[in-house]
Amino acid sequence: MINIPRIAYKNLLRKKTRSVLTVLGIALAAWVLASLLGFNKGYQISLGKDIDNLGYQVLVTAKGCPYEAATLMLKGGTGLRYMNESITDSISAQPEVDKVTPMLMQAVFDPNKGESGGITAYLGIDPATFPQMKGKLPFKEGAWFKASDAYEAVMGYEAAELEQREVGDMLLIPEKNVEVKIVGVLDRTGSQDDGTIFLPLRTVQKVFGMPNELTGIGIKVKKDADIAAFEERMYRLPDVQVVSMTQVKNTIMTLISTAKVMVLSIALIAILIAVVGVVNTILMSVMERRQEIGILKAMGAKARDIFKLIWIETVILCAAGGVVGCAMALGTAKLTEVLIRRLLPYTPSGGLVTIDYSLALFTLGVVTLIGLLSGVYPAWKAGSVRPLETIRSEVE
Amino acid sequence: MNGNICPTITAENLTKIYHRGSEEIRAVNDVTLSIEEGRFVAFIGPSGSGKTTLINILGCLDNPTSGRLALCGREIFNEGVTLSEGKLTDIRRELFGYVFQKFYLIPTLTVRENVMLPFVFFKKPGAEAEVDKVMKLLGIDNRANHLPGEISGGEMQRVAIARALVNKPRILLADEPTGNLDARRSMEIGGILKELNRKEGLTIVLVTHNLELAKNADRIIELRDGKLLAAG
Repeated sequence: MINIPRIAYKNLLRKKTRSVLTVLGIALAAWVLASLLGFNKGYQISLGKDIDNLGYQVLVTAKGCPYEAATLMLKGGTGLRYMNESITDSISAQPEVDKVTPMLMQAVFDPNKGESGGITAYLGIDPATFPQMKGKLPFKEGAWFKASDAYEAVMGYEAAELEQREVGDMLLIPEKNVEVKIVGVLDRTGSQDDGTIFLPLRTVQKVFGMPNELTGIGIKVKKDADIAAFEERMYRLPDVQVVSMTQVKNTIMTLISTAKVMVLSIALIAILIAVVGVVNTILMSVMERRQEIGILKAMGAKARDIFKLIWIETVILCAAGGVVGCAMALGTAKLTEVLIRRLLPYTPSGGLVTIDYSLALFTLGVVTLIGLLSGVYPAWKAGSVRPLETIRSEVE
Repeated sequence: MNGNICPTITAENLTKIYHRGSEEIRAVNDVTLSIEEGRFVAFIGPSGSGKTTLINILGCLDNPTSGRLALCGREIFNEGVTLSEGKLTDIRRELFGYVFQKFYLIPTLTVRENVMLPFVFFKKPGAEAEVDKVMKLLGIDNRANHLPGEISGGEMQRVAIARALVNKPRILLADEPTGNLDARRSMEIGGILKELNRKEGLTIVLVTHNLELAKNADRIIELRDGKLLAAG
């Protein structure tokens, strides 16, 4: 038995090209929307993971811009400032502190890295505290070095891949002409650790001529501790600054909010264009079928029947566009990720665009809602066609 | 036709006035007539004589400016007072089947689906059987699964007639139903209308330029300048 949704569907097949183009317009809007929401979700998850993988909630660095220092730590960059390691004891004495781990980061230019050389970062860590704080870092092979002054190294997954090293190999620190033995290679973590070369703290201090110097102290606070009050006290320490990882997360999210606003604007414009396209298509279709609609009314269709028919046509177009758009967003998520990585100055190491079932459903819901709203006017217009208008065009 | 004949359509002093700028056009001018149940009436006349306007008023598709109209004993219009649009829709659905010069078939629906259209808006038990019966009556049952674009003009008009009849109307209004057909097919449609009137007892009101087609009716009424001239 034929029914209104079937008639609506078949009506859309009359002008296939027009229907397909309209669906494409909506699909593009849905694609942009799903990708944007996926980016928002993926970026937050990855950033959160990156920060969680650091193993500490608070980072104390030498005086400088906290955001810059935090970003440098996250990026494993250079241009760091130093503080005396004696400060570690004062921090450990704080009642909120559960664990601390001192770190010294150094970077040197390696002429053999890549085609034209590059910066290699070395992170000096305390083997007694750092592995504990990081939790279980997965090892591809080997294990952490035991002594804090051993000439040994643990390489992150990507660093080892790049240098093509494995456990037992020797690694030359450029400029210093010092060799260290690789005792462990980490498995892929999807975090900044993948590109890091870990050395014992004392070894880095000795090789780079920075005795008793640190670039950062990672702090894990006790459960239920008042982090805000602790940070406040830390701020009073001379020559150091405190960076809360929550603050880092918020700062980075604020930094990328400009990009998000831009993309959101594009999504809104795309949606608006799609809505205008849908209204235009349906209105044109209604105008072309005025006589036919009049005949339907003459044979007993009520205004609400015609309204329903046209409304369903709009919703079918929008829902089809939503499905195609979500499929496009899923299919191009990797490409979108590559583009975003090129556009943004800093991106976390995990997946940047996360489009899951709930997000696709949400996008489909938004696009269908747009269909419901944009279909009201053409449907009302069609519903108000009087049968006489059909007949009048027949008058000789 | 049963023996208890009642006036199906009663029109008294129906007048329809249009205004074109300052000019007043009396499309229908003081028309009084009565059409009994089971009659086949044809309105003829030159272009602009008011045939279509009159049939529109009789079929509740348009309101007269003045006069009185009653259908099967129900008052539809009386000196400016008319039924609501919702009630008029119900009357149209219950009493009338409409056939026009253009067929207005939905090109993406099959012949059978086109015939079934009225039941989409007015659910009725036994609809499928009724559709099959009407299609057989009009000789289009062998075209049930064809699209309108795959059948001839004469067949398309038969589909349109079947669609008008499927809801069992009491009155069939046909406005230039053969306007788009050649002479042979026009006569074919004329024959079908005559059969429907004689065998099914259907009241038919036909508007046509075609005198040969009008001859199928048992009453021919000529209109000129909105007035009834003669009844044959």
